[in-house]
Amino acid sequence: MEGRYKLEILNNTKIFKKNGQEFIALENTSLQIPEGRFVSIIGPSGCGKSTLFNIIAGLIKPTKGQVLLDGKNIIGENGHVGYMLQKDLLLPWRTILENVVLGLEVKGGKKEENIAKALPLIHKYGLKGFENHFPNELSGGMRQRAALLRTVLYDAEIILLDEPFGALDAQTRLMMQNWLLNIWTDLKKTILFVTHDIDEAIYLSDDIYVLSPRPGRLKTKITVDLPRPRNEGTMLSREYIELKQKLLDLLKDENDQDHAI
Amino acid sequence: MKQKTGVIGTESVVLNSSVVDDSITIEVLDEEVLRKKERKKIAFGQVSFGALFIILWEVLTRIGILDSYYWSSPTTILQTGWVALTQGTLLIDLGYTSVATIIGFILGTFIGAGLGLSFWWSPFYSKIMEPYLVAFNSVPKLALAPVLVILLGIGFTSKVTLAFLMVVIVTALAAYSGVKAIDPDMEKLLYSLGAKKRQVFVKVVIPSSMPWIISSLKINIALALAGAIVGEFIASKYGVGRMILYAGQIMDTNLVWVGVVALSLLSIVMYLVTIYVEKFLSKGMNVNR
Repeated sequence: MEGRYKLEILNNTKIFKKNGQEFIALENTSLQIPEGRFVSIIGPSGCGKSTLFNIIAGLIKPTKGQVLLDGKNIIGENGHVGYMLQKDLLLPWRTILENVVLGLEVKGGKKEENIAKALPLIHKYGLKGFENHFPNELSGGMRQRAALLRTVLYDAEIILLDEPFGALDAQTRLMMQNWLLNIWTDLKKTILFVTHDIDEAIYLSDDIYVLSPRPGRLKTKITVDLPRPRNEGTMLSREYIELKQKLLDLLKDENDQDHAI
Repeated sequence: MKQKTGVIGTESVVLNSSVVDDSITIEVLDEEVLRKKERKKIAFGQVSFGALFIILWEVLTRIGILDSYYWSSPTTILQTGWVALTQGTLLIDLGYTSVATIIGFILGTFIGAGLGLSFWWSPFYSKIMEPYLVAFNSVPKLALAPVLVILLGIGFTSKVTLAFLMVVIVTALAAYSGVKAIDPDMEKLLYSLGAKKRQVFVKVVIPSSMPWIISSLKINIALALAGAIVGEFIASKYGVGRMILYAGQIMDTNLVWVGVVALSLLSIVMYLVTIYVEKFLSKGMNVNR
């Protein structure tokens, strides 16, 4: 049914050719994501997470399959979703403010208008006073915030986050997770979030897709029914622990199979 | 570049926490004051060395250990220089050489940078061009001077062209190194934001390669000057190079020295201006990232 989902990835397969050998990065994978959901994708390396994101972002085309945004095909079209990689990729010659407005600038907005849109976000989400600093003057967590604000400000309805907190220490990571949940609650975007971290996936998500590697394919989908708003206490609840156990088992299977090959 | 602020005053450092009485207070010296003293000393040393050198030159030529016919002497150079400046054509010559150098330098820098950056557009094109660029870089451009003068005449154009040739390939190679060092993920980010290739070029490729281009400026200004002078050596109506050649032909070694000193000063001034421009650009681009 059209319109039921914000984003539909239908039977996507991606085959790369390397030295004449075919390599299946993603096999017959489908995801159906309703509007406003926080969806995590979890799986070991080689499960095709990045391939999937690159397809959604329109940077590469699937060998087979469809990608629908609001029921419309967006294969090979970039600019529909906000995409953030693990590296913050702030441009070092631009100040934080100039970095945050980059997406709007590419879209062609007027400079003053872009800044007027960016400043409230910068102020509200913890970068006040750093507008005119260069990225190398900020800590890892701050840089990540700036990169996220750049993605959010781009004003796409869907945001792809590829392990955005992977390089942060545990404490900063928890802080950033809460920060992200705040933004998500405020702005009601649909978020796709790639992570290796089971706790992070459960803590943040409504749905978790588990992918398995070689070839990358969808293994299962788990719905997280923990109440929101969540906090550190959530991680101690019985439901949380049960979910974690389930995911651990799923991923353990994965590793066992992997070693059997 | 950031300046570190000095530690002022004293800091007590507790070495042994179980025995508080044994704590030692170490006086921390004021780094800023020390650095100022150091800088003064260095400046004094630099000036004294220069002065000593000039005095030694003067004395040795006066007492005849150095033959003043070949080596002239600082005072004679000053006198001859003053005459050349007030009654001769030294000022015009200096202007001629400077302008040829600067035009060649600017053209060479912009066109070279453009050439190097253009390689980003097509890996196919860049791979075809790269060996030619490297080959042309190893051609001694100064050896082309006679051909250029025959081709372009003894006027201004041949000097500018020679200065330009000295600069353009070096800059192109520098810019190309910058292009090769661009983080592909940054390009990917821009494309994911829906950027066109032209936007990626303007917003990522050019600024990302700027440090490479900027760092070639200092070398380039000296190269451009050398090009202009050699052009004047071959055939010219004006320029410090022509003046030196002419003075040599009439065996006026004093005037040769005046030319050499004038060129040295010109080169120093240009170098300082380039450093200033470099600093200005680096700050704006946050180059010391």
